[in-house]
Parts: sequence; structure tokens; C-alpha cells
Amino acid sequence: MTYLRAVLLVAGKDLKVELRSREQLVTLLFFALLVLVVFNFAFDFTVIDFVTLGPGVLWVAFIFSGVLAIGRSFQIEREQDRIQGILLSPIDRSAFYLGKVAATVLFMAAVETLIVPVAVVMFNFHFSGRIALAILALLLNTVGFAAVGTLFAAMTSSTRRGELLLPLLLFPAAVPVALAAVKTTTHILAGRPFAAYGHWLQMSAAYDVIFLAAAVLLFDYVLED
Amino acid sequence: MAERAERTTRNGPAALAERVLLILVAVLIPVCLHVVFRTVPTEGKMGVVQRIFYFHVPSAFAGFLGVGLCALFSALYLWTRDRRLDLLAHASAEIGVLFFTIVLLTGPIWARPVWGVWWTGEVRLTSTLVLWLLYAGYLILRQSAESQDQGARFCAVLGIVGALDVPIIYYSVEWWRGLHPRVLKVSGGQGLDPAMGKALALCSVTFILFFLLLLLLRVRVGRLQDDVEALTLHAGRQARHTETA
Repeated sequence: MTYLRAVLLVAGKDLKVELRSREQLVTLLFFALLVLVVFNFAFDFTVIDFVTLGPGVLWVAFIFSGVLAIGRSFQIEREQDRIQGILLSPIDRSAFYLGKVAATVLFMAAVETLIVPVAVVMFNFHFSGRIALAILALLLNTVGFAAVGTLFAAMTSSTRRGELLLPLLLFPAAVPVALAAVKTTTHILAGRPFAAYGHWLQMSAAYDVIFLAAAVLLFDYVLED
Repeated sequence: MAERAERTTRNGPAALAERVLLILVAVLIPVCLHVVFRTVPTEGKMGVVQRIFYFHVPSAFAGFLGVGLCALFSALYLWTRDRRLDLLAHASAEIGVLFFTIVLLTGPIWARPVWGVWWTGEVRLTSTLVLWLLYAGYLILRQSAESQDQGARFCAVLGIVGALDVPIIYYSVEWWRGLHPRVLKVSGGQGLDPAMGKALALCSVTFILFFLLLLLLRVRVGRLQDDVEALTLHAGRQARHTETA
């Protein structure tokens, strides 16, 4: 079995589980929507320009729902010790990790795809600017968040504090992702030239590469027991 | 048991290093206090409060040393699985958090009279806070582990990932404040009086030696904890043995 096939199998397994139960995506969507509603009350968007606060609001929603998705992703593996089955199967542990990251990125991307239009309507925003670059920024930062989050969730899910611990570790570590995401989106929405945010995109890409590589190398040590 | 006895009698190279460091630190700290409060010239614009600089910056150095050593010992631990390296990594992180706490306490005390506010979104203060949170998480992770082995492995992974993250956090916070932020020239910028530079160097050396002393002490405490655990287990087993007999 090739490495790539193993990665796709793990990701496919998570998607299949989700397609049959349809519990995660709905919950995540409602949660992200609730975050938007809370911010809608907290800030008066008829006074404040969406470009100033919108990207921050959106990313808080994505990150909060993302941390739930990542936590859940390993919780289901720990329930009834399903993870033992994975560990016994003849696939590389890092392939398991990458498959989990891929599934999480898909879930988060699905939430993002559905929430962005809602936000545009809710906050009366006229979207202009370079959509392709905005999507690239969204994707790069989602991958970075999922990469670190999945590594941490594999650890926290087997500790005594469990899911409580994940945001504690993940939020500080993902500060660069959050800042890059908000800044890039703000610049793109404001229609600024590429030079204003090009370095942010580079940083997001570097973050993805560094932590995916580090996690692939370190994941064996996480799933030893 | 023989090995354990040897450890606790404190005759090894670690014990010697501990004693040498203790003497050095005991001599150097009063010297630092003398230099900082009596001999160094008062800074022109900020006045007396600027003297906190000689504690603030060396603490940051010691904190970064903790982050770096934690990553180094973590990597070596994963490679060799030597319990001593894990204790060193844990101690580095713990003492690093201690020194970053000093940085975060002295920062606002310095900022209040100089900038007029306790807390600003100042680049270094913000990124140091994020760093502090990250390594506080390290300590919580260790506490939450199901077993010693699990805590050691997970924390080693986090120690390595955290150290990789530190420079990225600093860059991102700096960029976030604007591409060319007005960073306060604190570390050896122009206009630093030579006497001030010397005082900073002296305090930095002292703090780093102090860090190393605390590191050795913390590792010894860790080993004693291990011994206590082993003895408790042993005693429990013996009690059960006599019961059944």
C-alpha cells in the first residue's frame, strides 16, 4: 500500500463516518453561526466597517469551530479504543496523521465555505477584491491550524484533562496563523496591493511546511502507547 | 538501591557544579544589586525606573535559554529515552516560565511611568505573553499526563514544536503591529552608555548562572521525587507481601 493511499484511506474513513452520521458538520456550522450572532450583538456593524472587524470575527468563528472539529476527530478514535485498530493496521503512523489533517481541513473548509456567505449577508458586506487570493489565504491558514491542532489533539485526547487541554495548547501555538489569517483577509478585502500582504501569505505557507514536517517526524512518539 | 543511595549523597559532578554555582550566584547577586542601584548612571529621559532594565532584560535572556534548552533536552530525550534528559527538559521549561513571569511583571512596572500605561500592545510584551501561555500549557500538559512516560514523550514533542514556533510568533506579532514597528531599542542599541552595557552584561551572566543553579536544583528535586515514588511502591509491595505471608 503506497503512502498516499494510506493517507487518503484515513481521510476517506473520517469522511465516510461523517457522511453516515452527519453529526459533526451540522454542529460545527451551528456553532460558527452562533459565534457570528454573538459578535453581531457585541459590535454594531452599522457603525463599524466590516473590513475592520469582519476578518477577525470570521476567524474567531473558524478557529473556535476548528478546535471543536480537531478535538472530536481524536475523541472518536479513543472511544472504544478504535485507535488500536489503526495502530495495528499496516500503515505508517505519519500517514494516519496526514489523513487526519486532511479530513479536518475538509471539515473546516466546508464550514468556512458555508459561513462566509452568511457573514457577507449578515454584515451587509459588498465583496470585492481578489477572491482567489482570499481563498488561498483561507486554505493556507486552515492547513496550518489543522496541522498543529491534530498533533496536539493526538496527545491531549489521551491525557486526564482530555479535550479541555487542547485549546490551551493550540491557541498560543496558533497565534501566527490567526494573525496571518486576519491580516491577509483584511488587506485583501480592503483592496490593497499584493505587496501589503505577500509576506503574510509566505509566513502562512512557511508555517504549514514547518509544522507538517515536524509533526510527521514527531508523530511516532505521540502514538507509542 | 545502591544507585539511589549514591545519588542522594551528593558527591557527583552535578553536586559539585551545584555548589560552585551556588557560591558564584551568592557572590554575584549582591554585586549586581550594588552596580544597578549605586554605580550605574541614571538614564537621562526615563530616570531611576530605567534601572529595572537590568532585571527585565536578563530575565528574558534566561527565559529564552529555558526555551532553547527545553527543546534541546526534549530532542535528546526522544533519541535516548534517558530519564535525566526528561527531567532537564521539564526543569528548563519550568524555570523558563518563571523567568518569563519576571519579564511580564517587570515590563508593566517599567511601562507605567515611561509610557503612561501598564499594558500596551507593545510587540515584545505581547509575544512574550503568548510564549508564556505556550509554556504554561507545557507544564499543564505534564501534569495531565496519565503516566510518567506519556508526560515525558508528549512534553518532548511540545518542547520541540514550541521552540520552532517561538521565532514565528515573534515575527508575526511584530508584523501585526505594522511592517516596521517602533521597537524600543533595549538590547544594546545606540546611545547605551558603556557603563550601562557592562552592568547589563554582568546582570545577564548572573541571571544565566542563577538559571543553571535552579536547573540543577530542580533536576535533583525531580530525582528525589522519583525515589520517593519508587520507595512508596516498594513499601506497598512489601506490605502486601507480609499480609499474604
